[in-house]
This record gives sequence, structure tokens and C-alpha cells, in this order.
Amino acid sequence: MREKIIELQNITKTYDNGFTAVSDFNLYVKRGEFITFLGPSGCGKTTTLRMIAGFELPTEGKILLNGKDIANLPPYERPINTVFQRYALFPHMNIYENIAFGLRQKKMSEDVIKKKVKKVLELVDLEGFEKRSVATLSGGQQQRIAIARAVVNEPEILLLDEPLGALDLKMRKEMQLELKEMHERLGITFIYVTHDQEEALTMSDTIVVMSKGKIQQIGTPEDIYNEPKNAFVADFIGESNIFNGIMTGKLKARFGGGEFECVDDIEEGTLITAVVRPEDVIITTPQEGTIRGTVTSVIFKGIHYEIVVESGKNEMVIQSVRAPKVGDYVGMKVDPDNIHIMIAEDNTNYFMVDINSDHRLEFNGKLLDTSVTKIIKGSRRLENGSIADSAGEVIDPQRTKISAAIHPRNIQMTDDISAGNVDGYISNLIYKGDHYSYVIHTDLDQDFIADDEYLWNMGDHVGLIMPVDKMTFKLVRK
Amino acid sequence: MHALKLTRKSLGIPYALFLLLFVAAPLIVLVYYAFTNGQGQFTVSNLTGFFTDPNTLGTLCYSFAIAVTTTVVCLLLAYPTAYILAKSNFKRKSVVVMLFIMPMWINFSLRITALKEILTLIEGNLAYYPFLNAVIGMTYDFLPFMILPIYNTIVKLDESLIEAAKDLGADERSAFFKITLPLSVPGIVSGIAMVFLPAMTNYVVLDMLYNSTYIMGSLIGSYFAAYNWHGGSMIALILLGIICAFTLATKGMEDEDGSAAGGALL
Repeated sequence: MREKIIELQNITKTYDNGFTAVSDFNLYVKRGEFITFLGPSGCGKTTTLRMIAGFELPTEGKILLNGKDIANLPPYERPINTVFQRYALFPHMNIYENIAFGLRQKKMSEDVIKKKVKKVLELVDLEGFEKRSVATLSGGQQQRIAIARAVVNEPEILLLDEPLGALDLKMRKEMQLELKEMHERLGITFIYVTHDQEEALTMSDTIVVMSKGKIQQIGTPEDIYNEPKNAFVADFIGESNIFNGIMTGKLKARFGGGEFECVDDIEEGTLITAVVRPEDVIITTPQEGTIRGTVTSVIFKGIHYEIVVESGKNEMVIQSVRAPKVGDYVGMKVDPDNIHIMIAEDNTNYFMVDINSDHRLEFNGKLLDTSVTKIIKGSRRLENGSIADSAGEVIDPQRTKISAAIHPRNIQMTDDISAGNVDGYISNLIYKGDHYSYVIHTDLDQDFIADDEYLWNMGDHVGLIMPVDKMTFKLVRK
Repeated sequence: MHALKLTRKSLGIPYALFLLLFVAAPLIVLVYYAFTNGQGQFTVSNLTGFFTDPNTLGTLCYSFAIAVTTTVVCLLLAYPTAYILAKSNFKRKSVVVMLFIMPMWINFSLRITALKEILTLIEGNLAYYPFLNAVIGMTYDFLPFMILPIYNTIVKLDESLIEAAKDLGADERSAFFKITLPLSVPGIVSGIAMVFLPAMTNYVVLDMLYNSTYIMGSLIGSYFAAYNWHGGSMIALILLGIICAFTLATKGMEDEDGSAAGGALL
């Protein structure tokens, strides 16, 4: 096994304004590895990179380079070089001077510099560009010079901060392959930052998926794609159908309106998150399918069709080379191997609520007494009752969804069916020491978890009272 | 389309008229006066006269010395100020910048009169230090014109360039001298242009400080006061030549840097 070249221990970065960009970050990188920090903007990936480079100092934690803590060293004392997002080539120097900058700082002789610059220009396929000025180069060429300027110093680690972000798609694909090849040829450790999951999957040996300043999963591209650890990773890497569900028996899970066989052995009654990749859903006849639904849209995407099937309250996105017609009633099944089951992080019930035509919140056809304007940031109610967002545009109830969350302990069970926000039949109960945890399967094809200290029986028809003040709401963009 | 073209063309007419009336015409008059004598005959004696008269040449040199000193002093004061302002994390940076610019909005004679009183308090008799007072007055008057363009170039400077320099092994000092300073040259050049040329001619500052020394502006003023339009025009033309030469020279400099004149704010 190759040795660790850099290790980040309990790194936390909190800015003066109190914002924590990275919290308790632990990671090691092996010599020669191509590792990618992947995550949406604001997830802390660039901050982490900047701490490795030395542009930011961590609030807490250690950065060990070959075993020595460099967390508080200035950037110019670290054997690490960076390729910047917008290249950051020096506009007042020609290409030669740009590349020679780092070598001159090391007081190398002009002969050596000349040779090294020539060699590195060959590496990036821009021989003879020494005398050119930065302004005359195209984006792709500037990119190569930026890489050349960094690698000419023979750093132990090369940091790349979304280096392909400013290039067009075709150029980006080309550069991806070239960078990968360069990595193999140079043997330098690459730490790469991107929000583009495809880029990460193509190039990396290891991917670190980040969200909200925390590592969500570390693994090879295959691991990350095939065995996402949680709903965030599944959603962020590739396209996914994600359902909340519950284990209903040995190797059996119910989600998305049907009971599926799966390969994950998880205790019955556990709330789960199930992930199904669009390409893994097989369209069948209605009789053969595990679940059934109506095709609501078919879009041609070049190599495949993207099909959306609505099944009860659930939506399934499918990629297939053969397309049914919109309005067709079809069955869907999924090979057990292709269902990824994760234990839900907590038992909180999540469900979608609607905005009705009066712009009030509604669940299961019953009004929820709360203010929509408080949920949508910066919004206000107009005189005609509709809601305008912070930009002043009227919100279309069809295109805006709000998700609600409520903890099981806040749900009250009653035998007065009409008193509840929703009703259903108890499909599972587990004694949890001081209370029972019930799973109630509703007519909306959704399972709710409720805690109650009294004993009910399996199959009992109950109403669930969910106080609005105990719910939290979140706007889901569409 | 046709109608639109006509409209656009006609929109340019006021501008063309303005140029003709207030730029081209005065220039022609200036050149005419500079190369004629009192009888309206063509002559170069105004030109040769200027360069052979030790008095006028002395004034030229003296103005030059004042202008150079003022510019250097302004630059030495303005660059650090602008740098600190641009790099600082003041919450209301623009307000602080405004504080430095504010004096420009206060009436010129009021400012200079106040300065005169202060200098009198310190020096006793202003006549003892004419050169020093001239430089102080000019610096006080023109400093904002130097700060602003420099501030603008530094504030617009891409922070990642400095980070890149440090990343490549340059310490703070080295990053400043190799990156920040060369890249703020356009601002420095505009600042110099804003200070140097006025400092050669703005004799009102001197007058108000009871300064009896002569600079180029005072020379023109004295010619005109004596109804010698021809000599005055020639000096104005020579100054114009110096301005043109300076502008052309610095323009070449900015182009070499490949950066737009970042200080072209005023």
C-alpha cells in the first residue's frame, strides 16, 4: 500500500461571521492518487482546498504533509501548487515569464529555467509559445499554461480548483482525458475540486462527496455510483429515484407504492431510503410489474428516452431505449440487485404538501393553518391572495412544492378517523422500551411512523393528528 | 431602417458642433496667434523667443521642478493610502474613500485660504519658503486625483493573481513588487497625468498663498494681462505639446501592459 502523503485531521473552518464552511473533516490522501472533492456550491470543497494550499487557515485541526503539520504555514512554504479556477495567469508577463515565476523564486539558474519551461510546454502541447502574451491565448490554452506553471515546480501535490469550469463542453471532455493522462505520466498527487459529477466519475481514483461542510462518502467512482451511502449522495451522483420506505420482511421493502424484493438484509420495520437508478427500471406489461402507473412524459435524449411514470402519489423517472407513449398504462419492475437500500437517517416523516388554488397549504385535502409566506423566503401575499416570491414573481402552485417534516413523537394516534390529518392501517409495530413505534400505511401510499405509549393492534384503522406547529416546512424547487 | 440611420446621424450633430466650437476653433485660434505677430504676419519669433529668453526657460525649469516634486510627493502619499484602503476590510469602504475625496467638493479658495493660515502660523512669513509652499499647496490640492485612480486599479486587481504568486513561492514582499505594483501601473500613470500637468500651470494656488514665484501658468497669465496674446498663445501651445508627448508616452506604456487604463475614472 502506498503511504499517506497528506492527512487532514479534524479540520474545521469557521469564518469571522460565524459561518462554518467545513466541520470536522478527516481525510487522508495516498501518494500519487487522483482524488476529487465533489459537491454542490457552498459545500466547503473549495475552502478545504484553500486550506491545503495555505490561503485559508483552519480554525481547528491539523494538516499533516508527510507527517508534519503544515496547517499554519504560509502558501509559499508549502511544496504544493494550485491551478486556479480562472487560471490567474499574470497578464503583465509573457508565457515564459509566467511559467518561470515559481522557478525564479527558487533562484534557479537561467539555463535550468529555460530547459524546464521548454519541457513543460511540450508536456502541455504548446511548444514555442514562450514569447506569446497571455491575452492572445484561448481559454483552453490558458488552462494548459496554468497547469504548466504549476507542474513545472514539481510539487508534491497539485491542487486543481474547478479548472475546467470555464471551458465549453467539448473542450472540457478533451481536457478531462488529458489531465488524467498527465496525472499518470507525472505521478504527482492530484487533488481536484468540482461540482460536476460526471467529471469526478471520469477522472478520479477516489471521490470525496461533500455537503454542508461534511464528508458524505469517500469511495471509488464505482462505489459512489453503485452503493451511495445516503440519499444526498444518491441524488447528487447520477440521476436517481429516491423513495422513503420501510422494510416489510426479510429482503423485502415497500416503497414507491409497491413491495420490492431486495438484497439488503435490514431488520423488518426499519424506515429506509430506497434508491433506484433510472436506467435500472424495466418497463413491463401492467400484470408483470411490481408497480403500475401512467406515462406522463417521454423525452428523447439522444442515446435513450427519459420517461416519467406517475404511479399513485409517486413519480418514477426511467431511462430506456424503447419508449412507450404518453398516457400508456405500464408496469415497472426492478432487479433486486439494482435497488439500493439505506437505513433512513432518522425517523422523521417527510411528506409533500400542496399549495391549493387559494395559495394556502393543504395536505390530504385538508387545510394546514400556517403561513406560506414564512416558508418561502422573502415572499409576500398579494392583495388577490396569491403569493409573490422575493423577486416579485407570482408563485405557480403547480410548479412549487413544499415538503413537510414531522417527528413521530409529535404525531398523535386516534380512532376518530375524521379527526386526523390522514388515516391508515397499522402495518407494523415495534416496542421501543417506553413506547411503541407504529408504522401506519396510508391510502396515499405513504408510510408514517408514529410513537405512542398505548398498544394498538396490527391492522387497526387509525387517524393521525399532526399539529401544524410541530411541522417544519421546506420549499422544494422544481 | 432608413429612418433609424437618419436619426442616429442627426443625434451626432450636437456633439460635432460642440467639438467644432469648443475644441477645434479655439485650437485654430491658438495656433494662429502663436505663429503671428502684432501685425498679423506669420512668424516663429514667439517660439524662438521662448527658448532663447533665460527668464521663460527658467520659469519652465522651475515649473518642471515644482510639478515633479508635487507628483512624487503625491505618489508617495497616495500609493500607500490607496493600497491600505483597497486591501482593508472596512465595512463601509466607500465612505472612507469618500473622506479622502471630500476635499475636492469643498470650495477651492476656501481650502487654500485655510491652508495659507495654517502655513502662516507655522512658518511666520510665507515668503521664506516659496518652493516648499508651492509644493505643499499643490499636493494638498491634487492628492485626491492621485489616490482615486490608484485605488481603483488596486481594488479591481484579481486577488487570485496574488494568491497564485504566493502559491508559486513568492512571499508577501515579492508578491507585491512582482504582481501588485506592476499591475497598478495604469493607475499610477493616470494619477501622474492628473497631477503633473495641472501642477505646472495652476498658478492660482501660488497666488493665493502669496507666492511670488512664477510657473508656466503665471507666465501665460502675465502675457495675457499685458495684452500679448501671441506670446501667451505660444506658451500654451508648448504646454499642449508637452501634454501630448506625455500622453502618447504613457499610452504606449499602458498598452505594453496589456491592461486597460484602470484609472480612467475621472
